[in-house]
Amino acid sequence: MSPELINLIVQATGESLYMVGIAALLGTSFGLPLGVFLATSRKGELFSAPAVNRVLGIVVNATRSTPFIILVVAIIPFTRLIAGTSIGSTAAIVPLVIASTPFIARLVEAAIREVDGGLIETASSFGASPMQIVLKVLIPEALPGLVLALTLAVVSLLGYSAMVGAVGGGGLGDLGIRYGYQRFMPEMMLAVVVVLIALVQLVQSAGDYLARRVNRRLRHR
Amino acid sequence: MNAHQSLAIGEPLETFEAISSAAAKANAMVRFEAISKTYPAYRGKPGVNALQDIDFAIPRGSITGVIGRSGAGKSSLVRLINGLEKPSTGRVIVDDREISALAGRELRLAQRSIGMIFQHFNLLSSRTAADNIALPLEIAGWARADIKARVAELLALVGIADKHDRYPSELSGGQKQRVGIARALATRPSVLLSDEATSALDPQTTRAILDLLANINRELGVTIVLITHEMSVVRQLAKDVVVLDAGHVVESGHVADIFTHPKHPITQSFLAEAIGDSLPVSLQSRIVAEPPAGGQAVIRVQVRGAGAGDTLVARLARELGLDVALLSARIDEIGGQHVGSLVLGIPLGTSGGDDAVTRTLAWLSQYQVLAERLGYVA
Repeated sequence: MSPELINLIVQATGESLYMVGIAALLGTSFGLPLGVFLATSRKGELFSAPAVNRVLGIVVNATRSTPFIILVVAIIPFTRLIAGTSIGSTAAIVPLVIASTPFIARLVEAAIREVDGGLIETASSFGASPMQIVLKVLIPEALPGLVLALTLAVVSLLGYSAMVGAVGGGGLGDLGIRYGYQRFMPEMMLAVVVVLIALVQLVQSAGDYLARRVNRRLRHR
Repeated sequence: MNAHQSLAIGEPLETFEAISSAAAKANAMVRFEAISKTYPAYRGKPGVNALQDIDFAIPRGSITGVIGRSGAGKSSLVRLINGLEKPSTGRVIVDDREISALAGRELRLAQRSIGMIFQHFNLLSSRTAADNIALPLEIAGWARADIKARVAELLALVGIADKHDRYPSELSGGQKQRVGIARALATRPSVLLSDEATSALDPQTTRAILDLLANINRELGVTIVLITHEMSVVRQLAKDVVVLDAGHVVESGHVADIFTHPKHPITQSFLAEAIGDSLPVSLQSRIVAEPPAGGQAVIRVQVRGAGAGDTLVARLARELGLDVALLSARIDEIGGQHVGSLVLGIPLGTSGGDDAVTRTLAWLSQYQVLAERLGYVA
């Protein structure tokens, strides 16, 4: 493979990592609070607000059921409003964040709901406020689950980021389609797939390692 | 077992002062005033009247047991004390503060003076023993250095100073409950609530934990409220007991009085379990209703009172000149009172005459014991 092509792969990998990195960061900062709220706002729970919970649940489900490629196209005006353009890697971050936020929220909700309800009662019994319960009990106790959830989210984002090539987002997926498919360069397609596989392996291993590190239950058994 | 003949005997023992009396109320740590608690119907489940007409006081510095079967309302009752639940009607007053009227920040501040321990310990698996104990202090906004000193003190108090850096997964059940106790005491509460705190522990560990609670009560003067379904726990630790059944207080008073004169069937059944009132199976299967010639009459003597059982059998045998057989016996000491039952075999004449039995029952009637004829064995 020529140095030019290798250069293209390096550049596309950089674009992918940039999109996924920023989208994961933003998706988590929206998805984590949203997920915690979803997990604690049913009737009788910490932040009991059943109506809001139901509405948010419907919005989250609606976003999650929209195919990503359609979402990307559908929100182009919104993307232009936020990023100033609808083309390029930075613009692609907008739909990535919008798609990953509800996904992360559902994963966070599931992880938080795994925490023994007795611990919430215990913390309440010694006068912890709902916010203290979230920060000192729920999140620390759910941490291993949260780490695995975020790992899963990053892996999914890598997959999504391959689709934003369709709107000029760049990245590995875009490279694969333009060179590997349209110019019929199977070695380019293979290289893109290998890089993606390596990235997913890396992210998953790092996530697993981190989850084990923060899991006292397993670590000390 | 049809040939029952009961003889309830003796002058009444000293009348006990119910803990719902006016004098006790004035010096109460916890007061329930006309409490009822109803859970409304929800999603097809019918509503439940968990508690009704609850009106009693828990004396300052006491250890009070609340005993009842599951579903009797014990858990609801204890959660009213620390404001985790609100009564539907009535007031709950803890340390002269109406906790049932507090909410939000005021309630959270009040909750710091009420500790609670749980059946399943409820420790944070992500924190070490020391950090678990530190949690209520962090929540109360203590300074880091103060927390450190207090935690060390508490770990020593509950006897696990060496487990400082251990995670709950590395601790035994008893050690976990010690952490739970230390955590509950961290903010120096005036009341400690124990919700079935020993139900998940083996008998030996249970005893050690109950001893620790007794020490804490003695040394720190903390009022302890023990929720349990086990009479043995109440017997070992509590001075006062409240018997709860179907949301009502059916009996309350000093443990010794309640145990020596149980009135309500529920109390009697708890007591029977605790002292093993049932006959040995081998004996039970041999009992017949008609006196066989040359056999024995089986008499159960229920001992309830100070020293009543000490020399009873020896004196009975000597004074009536009978070869009394001791078929089964169990006597426990509860609050300085003897509580238990003796099963005696009284020899019948060769003709199967009942004369010796009548004399025995008459003789026993002088003492504060309950004697009944269960039947006969050959």
